[in-house]
Amino acid sequence: MNFRTFAAFVGPSVFMMLLFIAFPLLSVFKQSFYITQPIYETVEVETCTPGFLTQTCVTELKSQPVLDDEGEIVTRTEFVGLQSYRNVLEPERAWRAVTEGNWSTLSTIDFWKALRFTLTFTLITLPLVLGCGLGIALLINSAAGAIRGPVIFVSLLPFIITPVIGALSINWLFRGDGILTALLEWWLQRDIALFAQAWTIEILMMFYRVWHVAPFAAVVFYAGLQTVNQDSLESAVIDGATRWQRLKFIVIPHLMPLIIFVSMIHLMDAYRVFEEIIGFSSQAYVISLQWLTFDYLVPDQAGNRSISRASASAMLTMIGIVILLILPLRRTWRDHKGGH
Amino acid sequence: MKLKTILFAGAMSIAASGAWAACSYENEVPLKSLSAGFEAWKAVTDAMAECGNFSASLDQEFREKQPEAFAADPSLYQIGGVANETMIPLLNAGTIRPLDDLVAKYGQDLLPNQLIKVDGKTMAIAMMVNAQHLMYRNDVLAELGIDEPQTYADVLAAAAKIKDAGVMDYPIGGTFKTGWNLAQEFVNMYMGEGGTFLGEGNMPTINNEKGITALETMKAMTEFMDPEYLVSDSTYVQQQFQQGKIAMANLWASRAAAMNDEAESEVVGKVTMASAPMGSTRPSTTIWWDGIVLASNMSDEEADAAFRLVMEGLDADMVSANNDAAVWLSPAYTPGELAAGAAASAANGAGPYPASAAMGVLHSALGNGLADYLTGAKDAETTLADIEASYITAAKEAGLISN
Repeated sequence: MNFRTFAAFVGPSVFMMLLFIAFPLLSVFKQSFYITQPIYETVEVETCTPGFLTQTCVTELKSQPVLDDEGEIVTRTEFVGLQSYRNVLEPERAWRAVTEGNWSTLSTIDFWKALRFTLTFTLITLPLVLGCGLGIALLINSAAGAIRGPVIFVSLLPFIITPVIGALSINWLFRGDGILTALLEWWLQRDIALFAQAWTIEILMMFYRVWHVAPFAAVVFYAGLQTVNQDSLESAVIDGATRWQRLKFIVIPHLMPLIIFVSMIHLMDAYRVFEEIIGFSSQAYVISLQWLTFDYLVPDQAGNRSISRASASAMLTMIGIVILLILPLRRTWRDHKGGH
Repeated sequence: MKLKTILFAGAMSIAASGAWAACSYENEVPLKSLSAGFEAWKAVTDAMAECGNFSASLDQEFREKQPEAFAADPSLYQIGGVANETMIPLLNAGTIRPLDDLVAKYGQDLLPNQLIKVDGKTMAIAMMVNAQHLMYRNDVLAELGIDEPQTYADVLAAAAKIKDAGVMDYPIGGTFKTGWNLAQEFVNMYMGEGGTFLGEGNMPTINNEKGITALETMKAMTEFMDPEYLVSDSTYVQQQFQQGKIAMANLWASRAAAMNDEAESEVVGKVTMASAPMGSTRPSTTIWWDGIVLASNMSDEEADAAFRLVMEGLDADMVSANNDAAVWLSPAYTPGELAAGAAASAANGAGPYPASAAMGVLHSALGNGLADYLTGAKDAETTLADIEASYITAAKEAGLISN
């Protein structure tokens, strides 16, 4: 392919990537070093609100933003360096907690609390997703041709469900006296409150994520299984290899590139865990890094939002993903080089 | 024949929608509104729609959309529905207009306390008030010989009695969902103790004896609440009541009608509305109002038409037709038993929610920080100190505290 054709092919996609990925990323990066705030003046204001029959009037000092001639709020943008990162990470408090060996204090600081859960969630669900995915793929592969279609369809269902809706339905099944909690209570003959402590919520979240993502892994692995060299498998059978040995020495090495691919996708997705927090309304016990960014960004009732801290938190999440991906990427890189 | 019937039916429905029977005039100016989506707003906007040329957006996310929509020129909505706190961003940005001349022209039927005044200028027209107040099961309390609880000590004693008698496992309900709801519970308690939230230069002033008392009362209540209280919002508490699972809760007046909804409730007529329990100085609740504002960025003719339409929406017909949907501020409103709780709280001296830009930040910080105390991760003092610290960080970023 000559360069001109190549450029014509990739040009639009490069343009789109710049427009929708690179520029927003740069803008977030820049915003994390700046703070934009309205200029407030303190004025004495009398405010009257309704009581019953009479009005309640209070006169107090209030901060009001200064408006310019066109009626726009006057704002000031200031370079603050790493201040927003410091506000998110709270390094002094965190360091004090670490030096005192006080882990429970560390786990009450938002960022570290979120990081702890995000990492636990990512690293525990990863092997489970790979394991379940491979299991489902082998199951489909060995299913008789007649029922293979329906089996694939059923195993794909969880993946089709919108994440927030799926999380909400698990929430409703287990919340309060939801059907499944009622069933558990009847079975165990004791009162169960699954949403009253962190660990039960975390288990439900991980269970939900594995249930939701395993079909994706399964489909990818199933595709890979179709290209396993049948001759090697047959000779292994002749050599007396057990089912387990065939899986370990032939199938898994063959699937390795796919396993790494699925791991990478899952690491990226799971590190951005968010739907589960919203769906399970678990903020009291468990928060994630992505939720923290969201929380900074949501305006409160009076319309304030913390854009700078949200940007810093988003950048930190990205850095976290990059660090997590270094291991699998290095492996792929080595394999790639070795292949030539 | 069939086609004819369908055409006829279609013609009839067009005729019906064009008839504006209940409206006293025909609105010529196209108008739009954006407000919250609960029952009272539906009643008001439906009444406004009868005059024609009007479309309403009832949206629970209105507070995120309103500031931007009203800042556009011309404003995307002429009419907005706000409450104490949600008016602040519009007011601060100068995107809502003073209504005094329009009140003089069309507002003869308004009560004086409907006019929300800021610095002497009428900026909003309140249509209803809402407050959290005590609701209790009169049958359960009467059976055990318990008088109407006046304070939180009474509520806790009553709860202990109900639990000991084996009537209910968790006699108290509460809107303790982490975030806005939980923060609001603290605001109620702290107001009841007579505390102030913010001092000079918007510095927080909640880490004190009163704050600790408020927290301790909240924790004492959770002993008698379903252990999943940190996910329980107003709707959940309402359902707990309706299903007969709880005997007492400090719940919103706007939820009172649901207790007597025969289709949903098993406790029709068994729930009494009473004043919010007293703190040391005043009832542990805050009074909220919901009302209407008009955008600055529209022509005076549009504002004139919009205000006239609003008056039509809030008129006596609408109020008497929807009497129990809210605690209306209107001469036509007859306060029934359902409004007794809100009225008694106000009579006992409940204060308005102390809305301000800084209070919005503090409310969020409270919402995120209080759960650590209730789950036992921190003691009361540390919790309040940490909330103050996170408030200061956020308020500095918002420019409300000078560095």
